[in-house]
Amino acid sequence: MITAEEIEKLATLARLSLSPEEKERMRGEVDSILEYVATIQKVSAGAGKRTPSIVAQRNVMREDTNPHESGIHTEALVSSAPKREGDYIKVKKIL
Amino acid sequence: MIDLSTLTIKKAHDALLKGEYSAVELAESYLAEIEKKNKELNAYLEVFDDVREQAKRADVLIKAGKASMMTGIPIALKDNILVKGKRVGASSKILTGYVAPYEGLAIGNLREAGVVLLGRTNMDEFAMGSSTETSAFGPTRNPFDPSRVPGGSSGGAATAVGAGLALAALGTDTGGSVRQPAAFCNTVGFKPTYGTISRNGIIAMGSSLDIIGPITKTVEDNEILFNAIAGRDPMDSTSIDLGASNLKLKTSNLVVGVPRSFLEMKGIDADVLANFNESIKKLQARGYTIKDIELPTIPYSLAVYYIIMFAELSTNLSRFDGVKYGFHKDADSLLHDYMETRAEGFGREAKRRLLLGAYVLSSGYYDAYYRKAISVRTLIEREFAEAFKSVDLIATPTTPTPAFKIGEKTKDPLSMYLADIFTVPANIGAIPALSIPSGFVEREGKRLPLGFQLMAGYGQDQLLFDAGKTFEG
Repeated sequence: MITAEEIEKLATLARLSLSPEEKERMRGEVDSILEYVATIQKVSAGAGKRTPSIVAQRNVMREDTNPHESGIHTEALVSSAPKREGDYIKVKKIL
Repeated sequence: MIDLSTLTIKKAHDALLKGEYSAVELAESYLAEIEKKNKELNAYLEVFDDVREQAKRADVLIKAGKASMMTGIPIALKDNILVKGKRVGASSKILTGYVAPYEGLAIGNLREAGVVLLGRTNMDEFAMGSSTETSAFGPTRNPFDPSRVPGGSSGGAATAVGAGLALAALGTDTGGSVRQPAAFCNTVGFKPTYGTISRNGIIAMGSSLDIIGPITKTVEDNEILFNAIAGRDPMDSTSIDLGASNLKLKTSNLVVGVPRSFLEMKGIDADVLANFNESIKKLQARGYTIKDIELPTIPYSLAVYYIIMFAELSTNLSRFDGVKYGFHKDADSLLHDYMETRAEGFGREAKRRLLLGAYVLSSGYYDAYYRKAISVRTLIEREFAEAFKSVDLIATPTTPTPAFKIGEKTKDPLSMYLADIFTVPANIGAIPALSIPSGFVEREGKRLPLGFQLMAGYGQDQLLFDAGKTFEG
């Protein structure tokens, strides 16, 4: 069974703080789901590796030209943020 | 009084052009129904405050002779589809207060045509669920039995159409989120070929699987709505134009494949199977040839789906950190701001899937889960392509059971995931699939609707509309 330490590590990777009860419940739930999805190990997929998928097979680039007028979207975007200072999004200090 | 119960997009369009009623009168009829029934059903999270103004603009277009099929048609939107200037929230607390600063091509085209957007409908949080129970705003109730779920994740949209609170709706389908609730609410649900409708302007869950899908009362309506929103969009590099592939469609001697051993697996309801066999007979009577087929890798679609979706959604949901949008919870540092915001902003299913996404992508497990799932996915695509060389369509039930009770599956997430067993393969294969109402079963004195699903090869979307209309007729 997945350990409490492993759940703790996953929660940190996912940027989630979990209560002790949540951690304990997640252990059981995550375990049974992982056991189910691991059934794909039974498929021999050697050949599949060499076939490209129908979707998302290449990156599509465009020329970096015709920029929009500076600042026209600022208000709409910055006003979505919970905390702002003028035209900046405000966050706590990082270093 | 406009008879909403038998109304279709086609009929409403004709009536609007003839001047039998105005777009404003039509919109008001729906607003009155919403007022009457939404309290019990909880289909709409918000009814837009400018419905009458939108309808007035549609009437102006109609009077000027500039109407197209969607002009004045009142539709509902799932709460993960952006409309510029309107609230949108994916039924999550973490998007509290968020107003869409833009909209995608699908909504832009509809608005230009003078569609009437009634409001945004309830869904599983970030489309994570098959019952609309993971919404932060309470479950939506099935219009045929309020003690049961409407399916999900587009449960509010399907309920709105099924209960007559909208003439049509747009949902999104990542693993069955349009077709499964459509089946539970006696409506037609369509998941088009991946890329045929731009994903720009929808809130992402699994980006390689997500697509907008119409929910309507008839197959013809579904085709009308699909054609109004489909097309390549420079803002979505995975979007495609179907045009060319639909030119060489077969129209006679069509063969329908039935993957018997897949659909007669453990867990399928006996009444669902009997109803499916009736549907097959109906197609046979209408000139289709039925052929049993084997799809040995397809049953693994669900496991493949969950791994890919966990990985993609945990990546997509990393943008919700309390800095850029919506809900924010303050803590003692930036890192703890993120962690506390996400702990309080996301619901239980979201948290579970975020952990699983971190797991399948973490070093040590990446090869065994994510990389393996990607290679099995290409095998599944190939298995479908191979199957469609000998059959034109593949049929399954849409769901293994009729609508289940509210609360019945919430304690066992895996049993909830299994509700998608028949719908997920089309998303993994990137192919189109259509769910059509196929009759009712009785449970505890209530009639519950079932759906019949047809899948077609990549880009063969029109084949499904043609077969669907034959099936309905």
